[in-house]
Amino acid sequence: MSEAAITDRDRAIFEPRITAFVCNWCTYTGADLAGTSRLPMASNVRIIRLPCTGRIDHLFVVKAFERGADGVIVSGCHPADCHYTAGNYHARRRFGVFRELLSFLGVDPRRLTFSWVSASEGAKWADVVNETVARVRELGPFDTYHRLADASAADGDPFAALEAAAPGAAPQAAGNDAALEATVGRSAR
Amino acid sequence: MTLAYYPGCSMHGTSREYEESLLAVAAALDVGLTEIDDWSCCGASSAHVADHLLGVALPARNLALAEAQGADRVLAPCAACYNRLSGAVHAVAEEPGMAARVPEVLERPFANTVRVLSIVELLQGLAPVIEERVAARLEPNPLEHLNVAAYWGCLLVRPAEITGFDDAERPTGMDDVISACAANPVRWNMAVECCGGAFSVSRTSSVLRLSRAIIDDARRCGADAILAACPLCHANLDFRQGAMSLRGEPPMPVLYITQLVGLALGLPMSSLGFERHFVDTQPLFAHLAREADKAAAAAAERAAAKAAKAAAKAGAS
Amino acid sequence: MSRIGVFICHCGENIARTVDCGAVADALRDHPGVTVATDYKYMCSDPGQQLIKKAIEDNALTGVVVCACSPHMHEKTFRRAAAQAGLNPFVVEMANIREHCSWIHDDREQATAKAIDTARTIVEKVKHNRPLQTIRIPVTRRALVIGGGIAGIQAALDIADGGHEVVLVEKDPSIGGHMSQLSETFPTLDCSQCILTPRMVEAYQHPRIKLYTWSEVEKVDGYIGNFSVTIRKKARSVDEDLCNGCGDCQAACPSRRIASEFDAGLSRRTAIYTPFPQAVPNIPVLDREHCTLFKGRRKGLAKDACGTCKETCLKGAIDYDGEDTFVTEEVGAIVVATGFQLYDIGREQPEGLKGYGEYGYGDVPDVIDGLQFERLASASGPAGGKMRRPSDGAEPKTVVFVKCVGSRDPEKGMSYCSKICCMYTAKHTMLYKHKVPDGRAVVFYMDIRAAGKGYDEFSRRAIEEDGAEYIRGRVSRIFRDGDKVKVWGYDTLSNRQVVVDADMVVLATAVRPQPGIAELAQKLSVSYDQDGFLNEAHPKLRPVETNTAGIYLAGACQAPRDIPESVAMAGATAAKVLGLFSADELERDPSVALVNERTCSGCFNCERVCPYGAIERRDVCDMEGHVCGHVAYVNPGVCQGCGTCVAVCPSKSVELAGFTDDQVYAEINALAGW
Repeated sequence: MSEAAITDRDRAIFEPRITAFVCNWCTYTGADLAGTSRLPMASNVRIIRLPCTGRIDHLFVVKAFERGADGVIVSGCHPADCHYTAGNYHARRRFGVFRELLSFLGVDPRRLTFSWVSASEGAKWADVVNETVARVRELGPFDTYHRLADASAADGDPFAALEAAAPGAAPQAAGNDAALEATVGRSAR
Repeated sequence: MTLAYYPGCSMHGTSREYEESLLAVAAALDVGLTEIDDWSCCGASSAHVADHLLGVALPARNLALAEAQGADRVLAPCAACYNRLSGAVHAVAEEPGMAARVPEVLERPFANTVRVLSIVELLQGLAPVIEERVAARLEPNPLEHLNVAAYWGCLLVRPAEITGFDDAERPTGMDDVISACAANPVRWNMAVECCGGAFSVSRTSSVLRLSRAIIDDARRCGADAILAACPLCHANLDFRQGAMSLRGEPPMPVLYITQLVGLALGLPMSSLGFERHFVDTQPLFAHLAREADKAAAAAAERAAAKAAKAAAKAGAS
Repeated sequence: MSRIGVFICHCGENIARTVDCGAVADALRDHPGVTVATDYKYMCSDPGQQLIKKAIEDNALTGVVVCACSPHMHEKTFRRAAAQAGLNPFVVEMANIREHCSWIHDDREQATAKAIDTARTIVEKVKHNRPLQTIRIPVTRRALVIGGGIAGIQAALDIADGGHEVVLVEKDPSIGGHMSQLSETFPTLDCSQCILTPRMVEAYQHPRIKLYTWSEVEKVDGYIGNFSVTIRKKARSVDEDLCNGCGDCQAACPSRRIASEFDAGLSRRTAIYTPFPQAVPNIPVLDREHCTLFKGRRKGLAKDACGTCKETCLKGAIDYDGEDTFVTEEVGAIVVATGFQLYDIGREQPEGLKGYGEYGYGDVPDVIDGLQFERLASASGPAGGKMRRPSDGAEPKTVVFVKCVGSRDPEKGMSYCSKICCMYTAKHTMLYKHKVPDGRAVVFYMDIRAAGKGYDEFSRRAIEEDGAEYIRGRVSRIFRDGDKVKVWGYDTLSNRQVVVDADMVVLATAVRPQPGIAELAQKLSVSYDQDGFLNEAHPKLRPVETNTAGIYLAGACQAPRDIPESVAMAGATAAKVLGLFSADELERDPSVALVNERTCSGCFNCERVCPYGAIERRDVCDMEGHVCGHVAYVNPGVCQGCGTCVAVCPSKSVELAGFTDDQVYAEINALAGW
């Protein structure tokens, strides 16, 4: 289940799908400004508008990945400039922890981008979009979740099915931990 | 401390006194200087106008050698060499592709880990040590009567993003060194104005005009001498001074910063190379010695008067 | 059962050039829940809106999605149209296929696919939109104006004349701002104080204007229509009710060497002072930082080192023991008119600016900035209006004016143009030549920007009638040479170096926002750009509003600005404020949070994170009236709709109308399998 199993060919023809959760006052407006300024950027990003990054639940990000996103962007106002004064601080704290969790779950944290883009930073938004798309294209499609889902659907025992699918990921340690390690796919790094 | 030392073409040649005084001062301040083995020309003014890559690779070769010879810092006393070497460090770090290209051209590895120091940075860093030694000297310091104009020239602080130290328009580092030597740094206007540089040979008249303006301003602002930190600046101000029509004013001695520090530390004059100058420095030193004697005499007189007064007072009571 | 209408706008060529609108309409027509999907050239136009209204009526639509520009542009337009057709405006949303699609992509296929995705996503969201009712809240019909310069004074007068009370807060001892420091104003050369002081007095005496000088805004709570502002009245040490402005204390004060801020450092003032004779209010302030008595107190002296002013005052108005006090004012709208400062020519510079070492870092006394020149030229200034240079008081026979110092210079200063310097430099040359007719005025310029009414004629007058010499080129060095100031410049039009031996040099330095603007902006929740200027809501169509409802901008705090424009802008903000105050109630966006009290466990995570304190604790009682628990309650008048509480609620008991979990997950799910 390691991401290394994605072939270079897969990478070459694949267009990443990025879901972006942005705040209405800063980043959404900054993206509007990028549009008004006609700044060209990759078309892989779909924006979901929220009043504030503070509104963003971790589960939105998980759901986005589950539903087919290869990368996720979370973007809001610069620290001290939140339209609602403190929402972005909560978001920042939340995502500091969430990144660790994502990483523990075996999702490459480079698939999650966190940025501050203000209403006057159209060019910065264009850079965030283009840079994220390029990075996620390098990482390849995110199908870890789907392969796990497929594997569990195919056979009663998800762990056994997974071992069969990716023989290189044989557990090193004995005991319960072994199965967990195989599932999580630590060998990728 | 130990530094790699990049002399460049002038230190062993036309500015031999700069190296003499540098080595004397380095020894006195416990700074070990190890000349880079097999060093070559930094490219100076010519290489970077001919070809950008050449202008980076030539100095980079010396940095690569220094790296291979285990150095993490290189002292480049000549301002032009310092500027070219720093420029190479900057180009390899900032320009896309340069970090890969330069080792190819040099046919040797180069990781850009060496930092380049100018003479001012080195001496400014050692200023507290110099000040301590000067204060500890028993003889009165004739330099106390010396008003000196610190001349930086163009290349030590510009371009600011390459050299990265002090203020590009009004630098003060040399003044710190002068003060540490107990001499008086003069406030003047031409500290970073060009002396004519490498046009010394091809457009000497321009050099004469530019350098004379520098000397005139130093004199008007009360300087007895000009301090230089670059062999070419020194040459333009000192060697070429004879050709400037000074309109009857006395000549202005031009000292190297290392010579001033050597004097302050009490090193023997013969080790500092003053005899190589074209503008005679002896009248200046004679004047300073006379001023020192006068000051000593005045101080002795005051002390005697004070003692007499005290004695009279004691006698009266 | 959803019956959604999807309306795709061509926006002329703006969208249609890149996005195949017909194809989007076709794709959406097949989408489950969509009853009608059509495209049209200009959806926001009257016929466009008619089209939507008719579709709503004919198809009994339950929701509308308009695929067009950004909702920031036209969401209000389409919601209003839907309301007129009898549909709740909050089931109307926009899909942004212009700013976020057609304007940034070239590939027609990709852009069309993205437009279809975006439209589908919003359709799925709208399926979960609930009809909402506008919240109506009372409006406090009083305004706060921060800053008592010409813009602040004008805004205060216009609002007060419109029938409403204004609180005007000024941080300096007197109102008047920089305009009170000017000698004559362009393009008419009329006396600045002559036209300003009547306004200052009018503001002071106006029955509906409450003036706080020597005061600053400490804290701002609340929201549009309902701001609660705490103002710090700095300790004046003079009782404003007892003082009659006689000036005896100033005459007697022994501390006379303090650099005068009003004279831009060119003269000295006393510790107890009014900044200028026409100060409003004409009540002095005691500068505790420089006062001998207070210096002694800070050192811990047992006995006060001075007391001259108190002894001198016949009205007993001086009080050394007063402290800063705080007052709270309730207002419904705030106008920010804090004005500008000039780029400092000294060596000490704020972060990011480098100062001009080549011009001497302010060390040459005869190198001054524009405001200092104004003070020299002013009849009430340190030289009584005669041209006298600062170093020796001699009349300067050659004055060099250098434009664009710190402006249009990303390397050392600001990248923008400061707008007013070309005009005031022309004015300065004229003022100088009128006073020293045989003098020489030399101007080094890059361009001459004189675009206002009468402006170009004015700057031509400086050259043609008053003999100012304009040299196109920059100045590379300015330094003292004997008793002259040497200026090295370049004349690009004749391609030669120029050296001028000047007696005085005036630098036209960049216009910047006031120091402390970032802190004030954060208190107000108003955004600002990288130069510190406050952000307007829209550069063309909403230049005096900010993105924070109820807070307006007037004057140079938003961008460099001259007097006529500042006055015009102040009038515009007054119009906005009077508009806000014209209704009995203010309609609030109903996108607020709501707690499901049945599932709320009373953990109050929400209360902890709410930036506005909108969460209250409510008792839950049993049938006998005994309190058996607590739940959270969101005050709909205070909630601003950020949704932070929603994200932290462990039991998902609080929802944000307009951005519920159902709606957001619907959008995420809509993006499945692109």
